[in-house]
Amino acid sequence: MTSVAPRTHASAPLEAKPVFDWFFAFAVLLVIGIYIRAIYFTPIEALQGPIQKIYYLHVPAAIAAYVAISLTALASVVYLWLGDDRLDRLAASSAEVGLLFLSIVLTTGPLWAKQQWGTYWAWWDMRLTLTLFLAFVVAAYIVLRDAIEDDAMRRRYSAVLAVLGALLIPFIHLSVYMFQARLHPLPVALKPGQPSMSPEMMWTFFPSMIVFTILCIAFIRARYRIGVLRDIAAHAGDSDAS
Amino acid sequence: MTSTLPAVDASGIRRSFGRRRAVDGVDLSLDPGDCLALFGPNGAGKTTLLRVIAGLLKPTAGTVHVSGREVRGDASAREQVGLISHQSMLYGALTARENVEFAARLYGVADPRAAAMAALERIRIADRAEMRVQSLSRGMQQRVSIARSIVHEPSVVLLDEPYTGLDAAGGAALTDMLQVLRAAGAALVLVTHNVDEGLAIASHTAIMLAGKIVRRDICSELDHRAYLAAYRAMVVSGAANVMSAAR
Amino acid sequence: MNARRPPGTLASAWLIARKDLAIEFRTRTAFLSALVFSVLAIATFYFTWDTSVVTAADRAPGVLWVVLTFSALLGLQRSFGLEEHDRAIDALLVSPISREAIYLGKAIGNLAFLVAVQVVAIPALALFYDLRLGRAMAIVAGIVVLAMIGIVAIGTLFSAMAVNTRLAELLLPMLSLPFFVPVLLCGAQAASLVFAGRPMAEAWPWLRILVAFDIVFVVACTLAFPFTLEE
Repeated sequence: MTSVAPRTHASAPLEAKPVFDWFFAFAVLLVIGIYIRAIYFTPIEALQGPIQKIYYLHVPAAIAAYVAISLTALASVVYLWLGDDRLDRLAASSAEVGLLFLSIVLTTGPLWAKQQWGTYWAWWDMRLTLTLFLAFVVAAYIVLRDAIEDDAMRRRYSAVLAVLGALLIPFIHLSVYMFQARLHPLPVALKPGQPSMSPEMMWTFFPSMIVFTILCIAFIRARYRIGVLRDIAAHAGDSDAS
Repeated sequence: MTSTLPAVDASGIRRSFGRRRAVDGVDLSLDPGDCLALFGPNGAGKTTLLRVIAGLLKPTAGTVHVSGREVRGDASAREQVGLISHQSMLYGALTARENVEFAARLYGVADPRAAAMAALERIRIADRAEMRVQSLSRGMQQRVSIARSIVHEPSVVLLDEPYTGLDAAGGAALTDMLQVLRAAGAALVLVTHNVDEGLAIASHTAIMLAGKIVRRDICSELDHRAYLAAYRAMVVSGAANVMSAAR
Repeated sequence: MNARRPPGTLASAWLIARKDLAIEFRTRTAFLSALVFSVLAIATFYFTWDTSVVTAADRAPGVLWVVLTFSALLGLQRSFGLEEHDRAIDALLVSPISREAIYLGKAIGNLAFLVAVQVVAIPALALFYDLRLGRAMAIVAGIVVLAMIGIVAIGTLFSAMAVNTRLAELLLPMLSLPFFVPVLLCGAQAASLVFAGRPMAEAWPWLRILVAFDIVFVVACTLAFPFTLEE
């Protein structure tokens, strides 16, 4: 039987870096820029009214969330294989950032839905439903990490959960899709997809997705550095005595 | 030329928990029939070392071989090992015999029921065989635990404070059993705080401090009282004496 | 040293399952609590709907799956508690049996436990909700077993993890329920089609997902189990 536990690496010396640096500031500026454009310089959509502009928040946040969560899953798989603590720190940071963006999706979604369809929650909106279950799994990941005191165990367990969660997503997608397809055929006129957009809106929409992805990376980077600072503080009392 | 493989061969064992080095470079070699008494204060790493030898923990560095087979890579190596630890590792709702029989089956012992009764007899608790473990006293449970760990006639027995909780009769039964095991060719590693107990049955001794073995001796060459005094001094003054102690 | 042949993976898994069932049979606490909970819940939920609007027989499938889920969680909670109690798991880990066998043994034991609970709960459901027993019930029982395989695969792994944490009782449902969703969804849809007398061909797409889920997660959890052990 070969051992499968991640090797305990002599950790690379932890380097404290500033949490909020030029990259973070740049990302924030981009966000401010894109929203100035969205609010003042992008036309209001004829059918839906001003509320449509929430799309510039809702969809990019969803993209950013998927990026963050995919990163968590990927980092977790590689962590189980290589055992490098930095991968675990990356996974944890991405998960928290992912949950943040998922929360944005889950708040903007119903706000928009209420305006559009008269109901806050629509189970047949695939993205919203999938987002909800993703949020449950990510929340479970974060709570699990919190409930374990031993470092090595926490890293292993949360990595296992992340990998299993990644395997789960296609099943939820498929079963919920079949559920709503059978029982609630999508209303033809009010597809929860992309309403047709004028070129100016496209020029706001696509850049907003890029901006949010950059913001996501900036948040993960900042959260990662906070993680490094925490680890430095936690091990300040340890001595490398033999 | 027949060369007997060492019963236990551990080299370069290191084991860390996070930043803490519990075992920091230990080499150990035991021939069949040897009994090593491992002394040391709390936190010295004795239990961790034992668990690494048993295959429960993966060493950060180094390898452990039991009868020539690596304990982490080869399940057949684990067939040769018996472990007695602080906790009983028993199932309270099952009887003494059922517990030992279950262990016998895990090791594929022929006629597990008979082997279980025989093991219980060796530690002189066969009369309680049909009692549920949870209704036995701590000392009785310890005896059942000992029976469980030797039912498969291991060639290496690792004992972590086995005399804890045993009364005089139980202690005598254990000592007798260990002598019999040694005579049959098993190698023993006995971790204990009680130097007198250890010296009574061991052939070799070692003292562990802060993850390292700082002193080894052969029992037949030792003056017990002098050794005990040296040990106490070592433990009390800690690392300061480590470097000057004879290896 | 006497000649011996340690059991292979499946044989040792079976040994462990038998041991768990023997212990459960001796103590009976978990089994009885799960049983009493199931029957009590089935009876209690009867009063949560207005009978004039929806007949009892139409509500029965929903109640079945809800009660199954929560009685499963009750049973799974105790699964690794046994091993933790006096570090009995160490004895298993020192022995030559594989880690995978420990997981499979626990899972089989949990499955047997759940089946035993359902053997009483499903007839109780039929009784209280006035269901016609017959071929439909037999098929639904089969669907329930398929669903339980998935539930047990996930639940056994997570109970091994939860037992080592501070919030074990809360953590097990929190970790498991999202994973139960596809199982419950597909199982419930298939079962309600069968109850409604629809042809099996309609239920088949749901069952396909359920079987795929079972296969994927039994394999994934077996492979993941060694990571939950301290090594």
